[in-house]
Amino acid sequence: MTDPRITPSPSPAPEADELAALDRDVDEQSIEQKEVAGLSQAQIVRRRFFRHKAAMISLVAMILILILVTTSIGWGPIPGWWKYGYEDPNPIVNGGRPTLQIWPFGSGFSLGEHPFGQPEVGQDMFARVMRGTQQSLTVMLIVGILATVIGVVIGAIAGFYRGTADSVLMRFTDLIITIPVIVIGAVLGFSYGSLGAVVLAIVLGLFSWTGLARLVRGEFLSLREREFVDAARVAGASNTRIMFKHILPNAVGVIIVNTTLLMSSAILLETALSFLGFGIRTPDISLGQIISEYQASFNTRPWLFWWPGLFIVVIALCVNFIGDGLRDAFDPRQKRIPKDRQLAKARQEKAMEQAAATEASAHGEGGNVRTGTHGPGTVV
Amino acid sequence: MATFIVRRLIASVFVLLGATFLMYIMVANSGDPLSEFRASSSPNKFELMAARSAKLHLDVPPVLRYFIWLKGAAGCLIGRCDLGTTLQNQPVTTLLAGAMGQTIKLITVSILLAIIFGIAVGITTALRQYSGYDYISTFFAFLFFSLPVFWVAVLLKQYIAIGFNDFLRDPQVSLTTTVVLSLIMAVVFAGIVGGSWKTRGIVAAAAFVMTALALWYISATKWLLDPGLGPVVIGVTGAAFAFAVTALTAGLRNRRALYASLTTVVIGVICHFTLQGWLDSVGILGLLLGALVAIGVGIGAGYAWGGHDKAQSARAAAITAFLVGGLIVIDRLMQSWKPFMNSRAVGKRPFATTGSQTPGLKGDFWVHSTDTMVHLLLPTIALMLITLAAHSRYVRASMLDVLSQDYIRTARAKGLSERTVVMRHAFRNALIPLATIIAFDFGGLIGGAVITETVFGWKAMGSVFQDGLRTVDLNPVMGFLLVTGALAIIFNLIADLLYAVLDPRIRVS
Repeated sequence: MTDPRITPSPSPAPEADELAALDRDVDEQSIEQKEVAGLSQAQIVRRRFFRHKAAMISLVAMILILILVTTSIGWGPIPGWWKYGYEDPNPIVNGGRPTLQIWPFGSGFSLGEHPFGQPEVGQDMFARVMRGTQQSLTVMLIVGILATVIGVVIGAIAGFYRGTADSVLMRFTDLIITIPVIVIGAVLGFSYGSLGAVVLAIVLGLFSWTGLARLVRGEFLSLREREFVDAARVAGASNTRIMFKHILPNAVGVIIVNTTLLMSSAILLETALSFLGFGIRTPDISLGQIISEYQASFNTRPWLFWWPGLFIVVIALCVNFIGDGLRDAFDPRQKRIPKDRQLAKARQEKAMEQAAATEASAHGEGGNVRTGTHGPGTVV
Repeated sequence: MATFIVRRLIASVFVLLGATFLMYIMVANSGDPLSEFRASSSPNKFELMAARSAKLHLDVPPVLRYFIWLKGAAGCLIGRCDLGTTLQNQPVTTLLAGAMGQTIKLITVSILLAIIFGIAVGITTALRQYSGYDYISTFFAFLFFSLPVFWVAVLLKQYIAIGFNDFLRDPQVSLTTTVVLSLIMAVVFAGIVGGSWKTRGIVAAAAFVMTALALWYISATKWLLDPGLGPVVIGVTGAAFAFAVTALTAGLRNRRALYASLTTVVIGVICHFTLQGWLDSVGILGLLLGALVAIGVGIGAGYAWGGHDKAQSARAAAITAFLVGGLIVIDRLMQSWKPFMNSRAVGKRPFATTGSQTPGLKGDFWVHSTDTMVHLLLPTIALMLITLAAHSRYVRASMLDVLSQDYIRTARAKGLSERTVVMRHAFRNALIPLATIIAFDFGGLIGGAVITETVFGWKAMGSVFQDGLRTVDLNPVMGFLLVTGALAIIFNLIADLLYAVLDPRIRVS
């Protein structure tokens, strides 16, 4: 019946397949229910998040990068352990090639004099990349927080009050969405980029909230019709209280997930702008600015180009995976597919329970005992 | 329908007005268009400043100056565009006319390829959820999603373009490369096909042998210096297309559809010989006409084989005919590869790293087409990867959503074949959300195009915008915005209409 060229997995006849799927669904549900029994919503979300392997690896990697970036060359009041600053030229060691060794055999792990190499001028590339990462992370965090706050407030007001407020705010959102992000970012960066990372981040944040505002509005539009909002209103809660105490916590999944996505696109936007020369500019350093600066010397010193790019990719990848983990954790529709071993165990337990029950009820109505085999009678 | 379109267009025009106004004020306040004179020491610098001020109406505050610009721009509606001039006295309209074509070419090719590959990857990963293939595709989608476009573009330029040019000096694939590439292909195909270990093993072995043979052939005959498909490859590939298309659109049990498709392949191989003279003198319009004729031949073949479901056979045959026509065109393009490479302007290093065409290239339509494609290749890949990743994720999610719907269960339960369930019931519905995503992605693509064009040194929309912004030259920046804004509006409108076509529950009114 099934065409093997379309469905690669060889499947039995459809009826048995259907029944197996149905049975599996039921078993999966019971496993899922057993796992979350007696837990609060927050606990369930936390558990699901910690179970997401890629997200956990990314979280650890992100924390390691943060520690490396803050402690190596120092950040603000935090002192650094690395011997070179990111600006002062040093004598060229090893022809400017990277001295980092991570090959586990031979000489083992060692940083050497200049782990990421040196450009012609002789600055320490490791310190420069660390500094650039600090700047890019600053922009990412500020844009993320600012855009989230503005997006949530605008989306909440538009979705909650509807009517005039909604159409005015949403037309304004449409207006900003029409302009490509890179264009608006370039104009803002051209005006404010020379004032440093923080100012650039703030102006970028002031214009990156549009997508989130739309999503939050949608959430509010549907949540405000729910019974608990009526209940709160009857109890005498004010509009602000309903919006931020009753509806907002229910929309927090959408907000958190999109904030992470916003942050990963913020770091890509900032580096792209700095690469074009519209973002953070010399003498200040950003990862995109480093890449643009050493692009010309690619043929002679490709490592100058590799390291900053690698840091951008790793940070953006980590943030994206964390966002994916959060999405899975918050999405109630998302089901984890249990391993076959778990399913078998659950089935065995259920069969034993039912066997015990039927024995206890002494040859009563034992017709609904379900084991691994499927008779046609088990389908409702 | 008409009222809906008109209403949407009017609303969009107001949004565009607001957006251009906002940008006008922001760009006008971003710097000083007279700065080059202020720093100069020429004796007549005050006259120059006064002249430029008068020309650009710098004495009018930006809020009012916008309306002066708008008056010129509004002329576009009645066919008399006046978008002002650049600081170098070049009319913006001519500047845009030259730049627009290249950027639109780049973006259109990227969108089309991203949609085709995105749908293919998204559907297959959804059908084989939680397989190794699914996990690897997911990882790569996230990776592409996190890649900075400019970084990828530079890497492509340095490694692919320059590396491949060096390789072409003596195109010999070494034994190690052959083995490694063949192994990779074996693993990839085994992963995609899945199923029992026996099936996978057979597929892997076949992929390994095929890749190794192809690479050996390429090395031994120096195929890359003078490539071509020839009737045998066209015939075999065409037959493979015929089987694949029939399997997807009609099912292989429909023998008439299969035979109709195979008939078009035979006609295609014959045409490959008879049409060479016509192809030498053809232009782009002729090619489009040829594509229509090919589709017509396919439909004709489908009806000629008859049977109870002529339309289905005709559809399968038409798609096959179109694809075989594509093969013939590719073969003709390959024939012009040798003259293209050996021409003086190219100098045996075909992969370009700057510009959108080789300056001073002489040759016929085919040589110029080859040139355009070679220049488009790397920027398109750079631009496509990110959109491709996003699209594949969206299609996968929506396909999974659709596959868990009740009507899919019903379709399976009433005994429809898996092909019918997937292609008829699930596939179309899974595409509905993609229609909106594609339109929204347009802004991102414009941004990506600006960056990619910079890395590859194209003189297109990206450079119009950037040069204008750097010199605080308002007119070209606003011209860029007007074009991209108008394109965004058109794409959004198309998406809305597509949505209505794909989803009959939605009525546009």
